[in-house]
Parts: sequence; structure tokens; C-alpha cells
Amino acid sequence: MVSTTDTTHSGDRDADTQDHVASDHIDDHHHHEAPYGISRWLLTTNHKDIGTLYLWFAFIMFLVGGAMAMVIRAELFQPGLQIVEPNFFNQMTTVHGLIMVFGAVMPAFTGLANWMIPMMIGAPDMALPRMNNWSFWILPFAFLILLSSLFMEGGGPAFGWTFYAPLSTTYSSDSTALFVFSVHIMGISSIMGAINVIVTIFNMRAPGMTYMKMPLFVWTWLITAFLLIAVMPVLAAAVTMVLTDKFFGTSFFDAAGGGDPVLFQHIFWFFGHPEVYIMILPAFGIISQIVPTFSRKKLFGYASMVYATGAIALLSFIVWGHHMFTTGMPVEYEIFFMFATMLVSVPTGVKVFNWVATMWRGSISFEIPMMFAIAFIVLFTIGGLSGLMLAIVPADFQYHDTYFVVAHFHYVLVTGAIFSIMAAVYYWLPKWTGKMFDITLAKWHFWCSLVSVNVLFFPMHFVGLAGMPRRIPDYALQFADFNKWISVGGFAFGLSQLIFLALIIKACRHQGESVSSQVWDGAEGLEWEIPSPAPYHTFETPPIVR
Amino acid sequence: MQDNKHDDEVDKSAHAGVRTPLDHTKTVNKILLLVAGMFCFAFALVPLYDVFCKVTGINGKTNTEAAVYTATDIDETRTITVDFITRTNSGMPWEFTAQTRKIDVHPGQMNEVAFYVRNPTNRDIIAQAVPSVSPGTAALYLNKTECFCFQHQPLKAGEEALMPMVFYVDPQLPEDITFFTLQYTLYDITRTVDKDTVDVAMN
Repeated sequence: MVSTTDTTHSGDRDADTQDHVASDHIDDHHHHEAPYGISRWLLTTNHKDIGTLYLWFAFIMFLVGGAMAMVIRAELFQPGLQIVEPNFFNQMTTVHGLIMVFGAVMPAFTGLANWMIPMMIGAPDMALPRMNNWSFWILPFAFLILLSSLFMEGGGPAFGWTFYAPLSTTYSSDSTALFVFSVHIMGISSIMGAINVIVTIFNMRAPGMTYMKMPLFVWTWLITAFLLIAVMPVLAAAVTMVLTDKFFGTSFFDAAGGGDPVLFQHIFWFFGHPEVYIMILPAFGIISQIVPTFSRKKLFGYASMVYATGAIALLSFIVWGHHMFTTGMPVEYEIFFMFATMLVSVPTGVKVFNWVATMWRGSISFEIPMMFAIAFIVLFTIGGLSGLMLAIVPADFQYHDTYFVVAHFHYVLVTGAIFSIMAAVYYWLPKWTGKMFDITLAKWHFWCSLVSVNVLFFPMHFVGLAGMPRRIPDYALQFADFNKWISVGGFAFGLSQLIFLALIIKACRHQGESVSSQVWDGAEGLEWEIPSPAPYHTFETPPIVR
Repeated sequence: MQDNKHDDEVDKSAHAGVRTPLDHTKTVNKILLLVAGMFCFAFALVPLYDVFCKVTGINGKTNTEAAVYTATDIDETRTITVDFITRTNSGMPWEFTAQTRKIDVHPGQMNEVAFYVRNPTNRDIIAQAVPSVSPGTAALYLNKTECFCFQHQPLKAGEEALMPMVFYVDPQLPEDITFFTLQYTLYDITRTVDKDTVDVAMN
């Protein structure tokens, strides 16, 4: 995996140290002057600019979706209806989910891919830079459409992010059309992003960068991109069927016309289950970059990590039925989906084992990215274990549609995907800005987030097991105490993210100590061989990887 | 423009593993084919699902066409209890009840039951009944030679009617099934049926 920048391409130039070599690559002599101001960002085809745009967009959406979560938690602070109308509550749960999935987690990973993949494989940019610009800039419009539907007569989407028919067809408001179009735009954006990642990795690797030398973040993203290509069109088809059922008189999901509402769930979850792995595989890649750096050891079991990622991706296509155990599926099918689902824990277990084995007898230091990575490993495993409980058919009949499910997917998505994104930002931020971020603020952010996120999500297991249903604005009195704690944890977690915002703004102003090109003591890989901050153009002459 | 320059430079360096923009087009086309294929596949799932359900009987749907009674031996050693449940979809104002709530039948034996409907409103309504059998596997062995669910059912304002259903249970019915439930749900489809059909149906 160790790669060195080869100097022979620079030919006539003298280059003794890596830093010199890298500065050769960034010689700007033949470039036009970059546009500045707003047009720099509107017209940019630079992978680093687009990565930054994606990351800022994701962060803004994270705060918007988070604000909706605050509305939900404020309403659930005590039993009874006090702050919002039930219909508005439903819109909040729906749009919170849609924004966090399609607006925060997925664009954040795409942003990291844009920034890091070319730098990690020694490519000068993404393969299709103009499409890259396009795939980002349609995204704000998708969410503008979605958010504006909240102000329409009858309100925005209120049928849950899973938009089950007939809730989204017979019983939805007219703004469903806007929901459908915004999901179409998000899907097109994701597909374009995925195409770009695949073409870049297939065609633009530096000489000597064979597939089995690629950093794991690149590997996991390659597999994620294929999942996106496979299932985003299915989502597009599902929303199209909802659109025609609602507005054009078709009966895909309408029993009276010969359709079947259960078919909707099959199609949706055929998309939906690979989708949840789209949101976790890049996270696995990030953790596999960070843990070796701060353990000062090579990643344990590199090849098994690659194969485990592939296995998880393949299994994701045959487990969708575990979302539908209570739809009256025959017992043979329930058993098939139960065992297929449990099988997922094997490759996932391989990954967790490898991370722990990487740390074993390493010289571990606990910098901020490592703290987030370790929190990820522990908390994601808790989420994985509750997932295993949900996979068991008879148990799932009890847990289905309760807060236990909410606890499960928030552990894997918040302390899993989002913690990994935060870890990645802390890991690569000094490379992006050239300055070390404010470590004191980062520690505050970490510890406040860690404590509050567990106060927020852990008690959800208990109220869920006791039978509290999800997506309901009111609840029985016996759940009151736990819900109070959950809400307090929620507000604290929300406020903790403002520390992160302050830290990022500070970092973007280039305050702080300058860092070396390697930044972290144990960091290895091509991205650590170019200077910090990473110059606007890198690897215009490909490095040779040995 | 900048990007073309990159590509030119890359071409000149001519390293193994660095490719030309032409290769990008090829790769992109292959991926786009996959995207289009998956979009079509999702729509193909609709008929595939119906075929799959018909073969395996997993969603309790019965045949939508009349079965032909082939004289089979009546298996008098077995008695199957069939339960009838009726319901109307929300917004469907008809009264809808089964005249026979429960019937004991022998496999192979023809049986006739009837359902009572009344349109208590002052407007003409066309209904469609959708059957569902539980456990789902029994649906494969429920043969209906005559059923109101095969056609649209029109009722003028205030009208009432008895709707017949003739069926027999296939003697191949698995041994472990001694009891199953047939449920009919009535849907108001007046709005989705076009105007001409309504007039024909009502007269």
C-alpha cells in the first residue's frame, strides 16, 4: 500500500523531497486565472471545489433536518398534543428522514468522495468534471422543491420517508407531485455522482495503483457507486408509479384496479435495503483509513475487508423482505429473509474484528478522528446487534413499528454514518485547509455529542420494547419519563453540532497552526504526500505507485 | 477547457493505467445501460410479481376468471370449514354482508353462497369486489365457477341485490389446511370507470 511519488516524470526538474515533487505537480504556469466570487462556485469543475460544495450543502441540510428533529422532540417532550398539529408532526418526521438520508448523509459521502478519491488514486480530477458540476448544482433545487412543499395548502409529504401506498397515493396531499419530482432530481444527482466515481476509479488510477492497492475508502466507494447505479433507478420507478397512481388513474398499488399495495413495499425495499448500505459502506472505508493511522499499523486483513464489503453489497439485494415480516408473508419466506439477514452479520463481523485487530498492540494515540472512529466501532456495533434482534421473525412482530426500530437505525445512521463523516472531516480537514483545527473545540464537540447521542437514542430501546409506536405525536403516560430524557438528549445533541459549525467556520478562515504534508504521524497514502493545504490542482503528472 | 489540457498531458505521458476520454465514453455508456435496465426492471417487477404470486399463491389472491368444474370424486372423509368475511373500503357506503357466514364443505363438492348488497345512498355506484384468502396457500385450491368478483357490480341509488358465488375446493388441498377464510373487500370504482361503461352498466 505504501506509495511514493515518482520523480522521473518531472524529467528535467530536480526533486529531492516529496514536498518538492508535489510542488512540481502544482505548477500553475499553464492555467487560466480561476474565476472568483460566486461564479467560481457556480462554474467550477474542480473536484476539490465540488467536494467542498457538497460538504457544505450536506452540513446545512444536516442542520435543517436537525431543526425538524428538534420540533419532533419538543412535541414528544411530554404526553399530549401541545406544540404542533398531528399532520404537521407527520410532515416533520417525513421530511426529517428524507433530508437526513438524501440531503445530509449521501451528499456528505459524495463530497468526501469528490475531495479524496482523485487524491487517493493519484488522478488529477474526477473523470467527468462538467457532469460533476451538474450533479451538485441540481441538488439544491431538489431540496428547495421538497422544502417549499411544506408551505403548500394541505402541507408537504406526511406519509413517512418510505411513502407507502396508499398513504402516498389515495391519502396524500397534492404536494406529492413536488415530492416525486424532488426525489427524481435527487436520484439523477446520485446516479451522476456514482457514474463519476466508477469512471474515475476504473480509468484514472495512477500507474501501479492496482485494485488491491487502492485505499479502502476508494474500494468501499466503488462498491457503493455500483449499489447506487443498481437501486436509484428502482426508486425513480417507484415514485413514478406513485405519481401515476395518484394523478393519472393507474392502479399499480390499488387493489380495486387489480394492483397490490404490498407490491409497493417490495419495490420500495428492494431499493431501500441497498440504500441503507449505501449510507454505511463509505463509513466502513473511512474507519478503515483512520484506525491504521492512529494505531501506527497496517490495516489488519486488507483483502478480507474488500471481500466483506462486496459480500455485504451482494447480500443487500436478498434481504428486503425483513422490512415486511408483518405483511402476511408465508413462513417459508420469512425464514429465508431472516437467515439471509443474519448472514449479513458475518462480513460485518469480519470488519469489526479487523478494526479491533488493527488496534491490537498498536501504538494508539487518541486524536479527534480516532476518538470518533472508536466511538463509531462501539456504537455502530450496538446498532448492528439491535439489527440482529430485529432480524428474528417472532421478535420482529413485537418490535415492528416501535421506537426500538427508531433506536436501531439511529444508532447505525447517527453514531454510524454521521460519526464516520465527522471523523473523516476531522481527519482530512487539516489537509484541506493547511491548518490544524481548534482541538479544544473539537474535544468539546466529541464529548458533548457522545454523551448526548446516547441519552438521546439509548432509552428509545426501552420505550420501544415497552411498546411505544413510532411516528405518533402523542403517547401513553408510562413512557413520559423516558421521553423527557430522550428529548433532553436530543436538544443537547442538536446544540453540540453548533460547536462543530463554529469549528468549521474557524477552520475555513485558516486560523490555527500550519500542518505538515503528512499531518498525522502515522498517516500513509497518496493524499498525505501532497502539501497542506492541498493545492488547487494535484497529480497533473501521475505519481507511480510501487 | 482546463480539463482537455489535463487529458492531453495525460495522453503524452502514456502510462499504463491512464486512459483517454474515449474510454470514459465507453465506460459511461455501459453504466447508463445498467441504469436504464434497472429502471425497466422495476416496472417489470409489476407483472413478475403477479406471476410469482399466482404460482406460489403467497398473497392470497384467487383466480380472476371462472374455473371449469371437472367432475372429481368428492372426498367425504375431509371436511373443510370456510369462513366468509365482508368489508367495504373506507368511503364506500354500501351495506355488504355474507348470507352464509360459515360453511362446511367436502373437497370436490360444489357449493353456492350469496352475498347481500344495498346501496343506501341517492347516487348510482359501481363496485368492485376484491377477494383475499388466508392462509394464502389455500387460494390456489379455491376454484370459483361463478363469482360476482369477476365483474363490476353496479347498483342504482337505493337498490339492493343478492350476489351469488359458486365454488369448490380442490381435493389436492394440502392435508394441514382444515380451515380457511375468504374475505371480500368492496371498492367504489365509479370514478375510475369511464362514463360510457357507467351508462351501459346502469341500464
